[in-house]
Amino acid sequence: MSTPAEPGERPGRIDAVEVRHPWRWVSVAVIAVLVLMLAHLLVTNRAFDWRFTLEAMNQTTVIRGFLIGTLLTTVLAMAVGIVGGVVLAVLRLSENRVLSSVSWVFTWFFRGVPRYVLLGFVGGLGALFGTGLSIGVPFDFLFSAWFGTPELRAVTIGQQTLYDLLGSTILGGIVGLGLSEAAYMAEIARAGILSVDRGQHEAAEALGMSRGLAMRRVVLPQAMRVIVPPTGNEVIAMLKDTSLLVAIPVTAELFYQLGQIGQQTYQVVASNMAAIIYYLIATSILMVGQYFLERRFGRGFGTQAAARPAAAGVSLGVGGAK
Amino acid sequence: MSEPLVRAVNVSKSFGHVEVLRGIDLEVAPGEVVCLLGPSGSGKTTFLRCINHLERIDGGRIWVDGDLIGLAERAGRLHRLTDRQIAEQRRDIGMVFQRFNLFPHMTALENVVEAPVRVRGERRADAERRASALLERVGLGDRLGNFPSQLSGGQQQRVAIARALAMQPKLMLFDEPTSALDPELVGEVLAVMRELAADGTTMIVVTHEVAFAREVADQVVFMDAGVVVERGRPEDVLGNPRHERTRTFLARMRSGGPEQPAPPAAG
Repeated sequence: MSTPAEPGERPGRIDAVEVRHPWRWVSVAVIAVLVLMLAHLLVTNRAFDWRFTLEAMNQTTVIRGFLIGTLLTTVLAMAVGIVGGVVLAVLRLSENRVLSSVSWVFTWFFRGVPRYVLLGFVGGLGALFGTGLSIGVPFDFLFSAWFGTPELRAVTIGQQTLYDLLGSTILGGIVGLGLSEAAYMAEIARAGILSVDRGQHEAAEALGMSRGLAMRRVVLPQAMRVIVPPTGNEVIAMLKDTSLLVAIPVTAELFYQLGQIGQQTYQVVASNMAAIIYYLIATSILMVGQYFLERRFGRGFGTQAAARPAAAGVSLGVGGAK
Repeated sequence: MSEPLVRAVNVSKSFGHVEVLRGIDLEVAPGEVVCLLGPSGSGKTTFLRCINHLERIDGGRIWVDGDLIGLAERAGRLHRLTDRQIAEQRRDIGMVFQRFNLFPHMTALENVVEAPVRVRGERRADAERRASALLERVGLGDRLGNFPSQLSGGQQQRVAIARALAMQPKLMLFDEPTSALDPELVGEVLAVMRELAADGTTMIVVTHEVAFAREVADQVVFMDAGVVVERGRPEDVLGNPRHERTRTFLARMRSGGPEQPAPPAAG
């Protein structure tokens, strides 16, 4: 039994009754019941035909769609997006008004257009190039009309090839999704670069580094700490947005293939379930990758960064369709 | 007397409508230690930053080892240097900042190795050997693998000094190197600087440490409101100042210790 300290006696060890939390137990019970109901639903409901789901996941067209339309497109579109975004961010921060305006207009356009619409637009872009797409002297056709000089073109891609490339392969998706992503990445990279202290630029410049070297070796590696978490969200959002490739239309894509199976067999729930499982697997792997990237670029920023538990290192942001 | 290493003539600089420097002259001989003293906002930090072109001057000229800083004269006209040419001039001028500005994502050793390897193209193994020796020299031989966040302010500033020395500069600039330090850490940084001075390093030091200036400086320059008020040997300027402004400043330093926290952008 604990008694108040006697006057004159110094209080000793505290042996008090801890506060009870009955409502925590109530909530645990409620959640347990809900989880049981969900498990029961998943196991017993006829609409979940798990054998069919597995079979659908195993189809060659589906696997091909996952590898090419989903994974490969995500990787390449993000590559375009990240490189483009960093370039746009550097342009945006340039003292040159023309360059910063170009970056601003690009971002304004590609952020403003829904990705589904953009992909449909890119898919039909071949229509703009009646004489094909050439690398050569700009406005050579005008010169040839005025002065009779020959047209100066090194390489020409024919209109039909353009139609085919942009309108039915993942190239159209990479261009459309990549440019759209660049607009978002530009803002993320800009925030990252601005988060680095001005003194870091000065210290690098005082050592005789050129601006480019200072950017590459000093500023960007520190900016990465701010850039990586939102970029992880962008990758996950991109993975999901590859399901929009149907707008081009590209058919070598996971969700399109599973949708076809669902329509043909009337097993809509099971085939959608197959798609959900594929997306969850891919997303989970990406989250692990993000954790290691964050650890890498958190180097030197406090000891907590390295010792932080895995769960806290992964940001589970909501990346909606764009 | 030998050719001065640094020669500044009539240097002026404005930020917008505010004239921060109004005709500064300075000559620094090789091996000399010059301390710039003065109240906050007197322009001493700005002047220091002009010497390695972190700030562009509006008037006057600065020569370091015979090179005109930031400008080239061709066919009787002055031309601004390109960023690349300015970067080249900076290689020979080391700078130590008030807030250290170490690269936080690199260890102490990597901080020191970075510029010799990336800027001078030195071989990594050689650069690491020299960097370890430099860190040893500033008393951090056992801290090579530590990140700046794992070091105290005084240790960080000593790494910053080693980083600047690694480029084997002809001239070292110190911008209030002890102002951001806890009082008990000031001594270790000043000790390193004292040693550099004894080794014959040419140094220009912006500081509030009057005692350090008295002991180490060959020349003390007292600035106020963008002009040099008084200059000379430390025993004259600090011991027997001729100008009222110098006297007021020194009296205030003596009574209140270093001036109250300098503004972050430091004048």
